[in-house]
Amino acid sequence: MLHADPKGVLTGVHFLDGDHAACEGALAAGARFAAGYPITPSTEVVERFAARIPTVGGVFIQMEDELAASIAIAGAVWAGAKAFTVTSGPGFSLMMEHIGFAAMTETPCVFINVQRGGPSTGLPTLPAQADMMQARWGSHGDYEIIALCPNSPQECFDLAIRAFNLAEQYRVPVMLMMDECVGHMTEKVVIPPAEQIEIYPRRHTRRPPGQYQPFAPAEDLVPEMAHAGEGYRFHVTGLTHDERGYPSMTVAAQDRLVGRLKRKITQAADRLACYQEEGVEDAQVIVVSYGITSRVAQRAVELARARGAKVGRLRLITVWPFPEAHIRALARTAKAFVVPELNLGQISLEVERAAAGQARTLQVPHAGGGVHRPEQILDAIMEVLK
Amino acid sequence: MKAEAGQPAELGPRPEAEIPAEECESAPDNPVEQFLRTDRMPHIWCPGCGIGTTVNSFARALLESGLNLDQVAIVSGIGCTGRVAGYVRLDSFHTTHGRAIPFATGLKLANPNLTVVVYSGDGDLFAIGGNHIIHAARRNLDLKVICVNNFVYGMTGGQGAPTTPVSAITSTTPYGCSEPPFNLPALMDAAGAVYVARWTTFHVRQLTRAMVDIFRKKGFCFIEVLSPCPTLYQRKNRMGDGLDAMKFYKQKSKIRHGAPTGEVGLTKEGDIIVGKFVDRDRPEFLDLMRRQLAGQLGERYVEVEHLVCN
Repeated sequence: MLHADPKGVLTGVHFLDGDHAACEGALAAGARFAAGYPITPSTEVVERFAARIPTVGGVFIQMEDELAASIAIAGAVWAGAKAFTVTSGPGFSLMMEHIGFAAMTETPCVFINVQRGGPSTGLPTLPAQADMMQARWGSHGDYEIIALCPNSPQECFDLAIRAFNLAEQYRVPVMLMMDECVGHMTEKVVIPPAEQIEIYPRRHTRRPPGQYQPFAPAEDLVPEMAHAGEGYRFHVTGLTHDERGYPSMTVAAQDRLVGRLKRKITQAADRLACYQEEGVEDAQVIVVSYGITSRVAQRAVELARARGAKVGRLRLITVWPFPEAHIRALARTAKAFVVPELNLGQISLEVERAAAGQARTLQVPHAGGGVHRPEQILDAIMEVLK
Repeated sequence: MKAEAGQPAELGPRPEAEIPAEECESAPDNPVEQFLRTDRMPHIWCPGCGIGTTVNSFARALLESGLNLDQVAIVSGIGCTGRVAGYVRLDSFHTTHGRAIPFATGLKLANPNLTVVVYSGDGDLFAIGGNHIIHAARRNLDLKVICVNNFVYGMTGGQGAPTTPVSAITSTTPYGCSEPPFNLPALMDAAGAVYVARWTTFHVRQLTRAMVDIFRKKGFCFIEVLSPCPTLYQRKNRMGDGLDAMKFYKQKSKIRHGAPTGEVGLTKEGDIIVGKFVDRDRPEFLDLMRRQLAGQLGERYVEVEHLVCN
């Protein structure tokens, strides 16, 4: 690990909204290129980047649409930059093409999605958490990504840095799945000195041209990278390819490549799992939540405990890959999971799948446009304890 | 026979039987070979297809330009011409359908030292990628765009494209195309390209020269190359094979440098106006951006040439 380049680090105590904090996280992580297209409620991220980057050293470009923005960042990465784009639901739909391209070509990059109500144009200015399955499955074919869910502006900063680090370590697109509430909520954000921020460096090959195969995996199944202009004369394609990067249309090549793209993440799932939990050991009911909903869930748990219920809290920070081993372990002792989320049932289905019948899963759905009232979650808790 | 730079090329393909075996074995001396990924041969293009001819011109233009090939990157979209990136020995990117230009935009902005060539087909660049190409031309980012126009989607079986001439038969216009096509040079001229030319695969010398021109010119440059698709376009329209296409191009082409681009639209059987239509100077995107930022921010502006991370 390296330390952050101090040029991008706005060390100090700030009062920032989540969108701005995410931008500062990207800058601290070393992002020097962003391409975007305006869309509520995410635009503040790139507005801040556009204002800040000329004094840090880098480029912001507003592209003609999200298709363009989401592949311009891939171009910048292959030229050597750390790069990201930012959007919300309708734009995220357009970016699916290049989430798949980035996964297939193992292009390390970050997609920030400040979620709003959908489908279609939906609720541009109001929150939802309804793109969680799209983040995982939205592009065609089999692939894996990593997705992180912050619940505060401070975490938007912290997890933006982690998103870039994971993108570099595993060479996958990493999603920072915010929501309108977290994006527009203003709180204290502490940005540490650059030397206290750890940065995962690009996995650049040390081999000379001629001895380098751009898609030959290292021990952890992740290949080393080279950049355009360095004399490697390598090839990158979204077609199924071999270790040389050459197209290879065989069953064997497909199995080898797509299998590796999946395994490089699934075999690291335990290391990638990141969550906060409290009072789960002897809990009868565990409230599983993420993002803004976790803050409402906290109040609901307090209310339930005041009524004598044995309730624990699990807040998912890494949502993809899904921490299913941990859920399965908790399902052995808990009676039920209560899963509030700002959608009509997405992550709750994952919880149910991981629990595999050992514990009951109760959804607390919400179509978006606001957040739950704590009482809605409380009612679900008391319902399962009846 | 070894091809020698500076000599007029023989026209049309030579029957294979005329090439003695020992001459094939002397291929390493072919000046074009160093530009090709010979370990990927044979290529996928059909007999009589013009794309390989354009690659030959491209390789010769690279040779003549004297560019450091380690600093040249090529970006393609999807389709028959989209496969060019995979066959040339450069840093090469075979991207998604229609998105070669925005990929190239990111590549160029993160490392402006690179010469970035976008090499793709008419459907890729002007149908699915149409929005990207007009905006790249508007910005005048320093990209070299080579568009091989065969009037159809070849890779998927010869469907109609935004370039298909009126009345031409394709697999999706079985009774003849009724849609008016784009006039590509006029579109690029209007969008702001600083260099616009059209040649055919009959005009290999002129095409090579045009490619050398754009390697030396700064800003958004565009070359349209008309190229035969004997398997689909020629066959469905009873226009013969690759050699017949050369005869057709020879007979129909009229060289008119500087022709107003509004007058160079193509029809199925009509004249083909070729030449260099636009060669002008406009401030380039990065220069404009840097000037604006330096003017507003003064010493606070940090200009970085290559955005390489550690």
